[in-house]
Amino acid sequence: MRLISGRHPFAIAAMGVALVFLYLPILVLVLNSFNASRYGSTWEGWTIDWYARLFSSRSQDIWDALSRSLIVATMASAVSMVLGTLAAWVLHRYRTRLQQAHFGLIYLPIVAPDILMGISLAIFFVTLGVERNLMAITVAHITFCISYVTLAVLARLQDFDGSFVDAARDLGASRFQTIVRVVVPLLLPGIMAGGLLAFTLSIDDFVITFFVKGVGSDTLPLKIYGMTKHTKEMPVINALSTLLLTFTFASVWWVQRLTGNRART
Amino acid sequence: MSNPSPKYSPHRFNRSEWIRTIPSFGWLAFFFAIPTLLILVMSFKSANPYGGFGEGWSLQAWRDMGNPSYPAVTWRTVWLSVVATVICVGMALPVGFLLGKSLPKTRATLLLLIIVPFWTNFLIRVYAWKVLLHPEGYLRQALLSLHLIDERTLLLNHEWAVLLVMVYSYLPFAILPIYAAAEKFDFALLDAARDLGASAIRSFWQIFVPGVQRGLFAALVMVLIPALGSYIIPDLVGGAASEMLGNKIAARLFVDRNWPHAAAVSVLLMAVTLFPVLFAFAQQKKESRPESPRPESAKKGAAPA
Repeated sequence: MRLISGRHPFAIAAMGVALVFLYLPILVLVLNSFNASRYGSTWEGWTIDWYARLFSSRSQDIWDALSRSLIVATMASAVSMVLGTLAAWVLHRYRTRLQQAHFGLIYLPIVAPDILMGISLAIFFVTLGVERNLMAITVAHITFCISYVTLAVLARLQDFDGSFVDAARDLGASRFQTIVRVVVPLLLPGIMAGGLLAFTLSIDDFVITFFVKGVGSDTLPLKIYGMTKHTKEMPVINALSTLLLTFTFASVWWVQRLTGNRART
Repeated sequence: MSNPSPKYSPHRFNRSEWIRTIPSFGWLAFFFAIPTLLILVMSFKSANPYGGFGEGWSLQAWRDMGNPSYPAVTWRTVWLSVVATVICVGMALPVGFLLGKSLPKTRATLLLLIIVPFWTNFLIRVYAWKVLLHPEGYLRQALLSLHLIDERTLLLNHEWAVLLVMVYSYLPFAILPIYAAAEKFDFALLDAARDLGASAIRSFWQIFVPGVQRGLFAALVMVLIPALGSYIIPDLVGGAASEMLGNKIAARLFVDRNWPHAAAVSVLLMAVTLFPVLFAFAQQKKESRPESPRPESAKKGAAPA
């Protein structure tokens, strides 16, 4: 079976090296979640103790952190979907100086290093005297999510056919109806893709949250960071990450199957 | 319809445009632009001995920057990031080439294989390297038994460990833009070059690499900028001797609680990233503002009745 056109031994070797490199730490992590050794550097036999501990009452704070992460990610992706879609719409529609500045403001957070956004927001909240709670974390997450949603929706707008809007208006739809029943449904794949990306980025964010957060509002990545500093808890993180990985693989497989089926029928 | 209405003139004030721009513009101005500028201002505050900012203004934070550890840390930040970027792009070029050459099904599978590891939490992946590089870990034991390293060599807490994990973390950021460019590259040009007598290596460098130039530039900034701002990687696998600017910021903020000083170090990091950020910006502008005007239908379609 031919997989690639032509023979490229060097490129194939580079791909092989890249894939081994990318999966090596993940393999170690999964193996260690079943390793009886607490330090995970030598093999001391199979165990599922770490999983048992993850689900015991001793690990309640991990689940609390996970629920905090889910709350923040849900709110951040919802708000950034609204603001980002609106931003993409005006950027697409107007070509003015204002929109040039607007685009700069949208694009800069994507290229600026996370740590700078983290420390600037931390200093900003302290200067304003704002309490650095879960709300502050959510505001920070919205700030970095807007740009990603905007770019996803802008990509969708590139092949947006404006005549649908004209048709809706000609047929008597109000401006509001046109937006809700025509524009939003047409842009929905872009909005959803942006929202999903925002959700993922928010769930995964460590650096910005680390700087912005106050006392006692650890999200999951912060909880994990705390655990990496205490060797005792290392294997429990391995168990947790293996479960998260399995969940990720399962959802990818499921999505592939869904879209694959749709393509066939 | 062929004449754009004066509404779209770039210099005219348009109320409905402003109203629609304000939500996102206002949010980012308030929570991104102002805080970023505030760092600069707050670096001139005096420090509160109990932590945080004091009352008055002072140049102390900037005088403290004279500490000889800063040039050393800045230099380490820059060289580690530049070397990591070069390695990532060097690996991504043949990988992107192969992805471009692959048949659609293979390509989809390979892309998925490259992306999936990055849906695991970033911190967990860095931590996995910490386990792997541990003195008693599998990797060091394997290298020892192959006599590639001796008993005294430690893999963890070393600049090389930081470099390795940086390459690992940012490799997909290099592969994806190069692949996106390779997908549009006309591979028949390579056959032509070969037919005209160029060697495989020469046609790769002189035809393929310039052909995916846009992706190459995007890959450079996508790796270089986050690399310069690295914090977790040196924190987890680098140890005290491999600190980067990000670690200095965190140490001033959380250990000394000297906030003006943390702000001053952040301004330094900002200055270091300014050049690649401006470069990224110029590239993006070239791409997103094409020379041809927008199709009339899009303008018309959006026009309020």
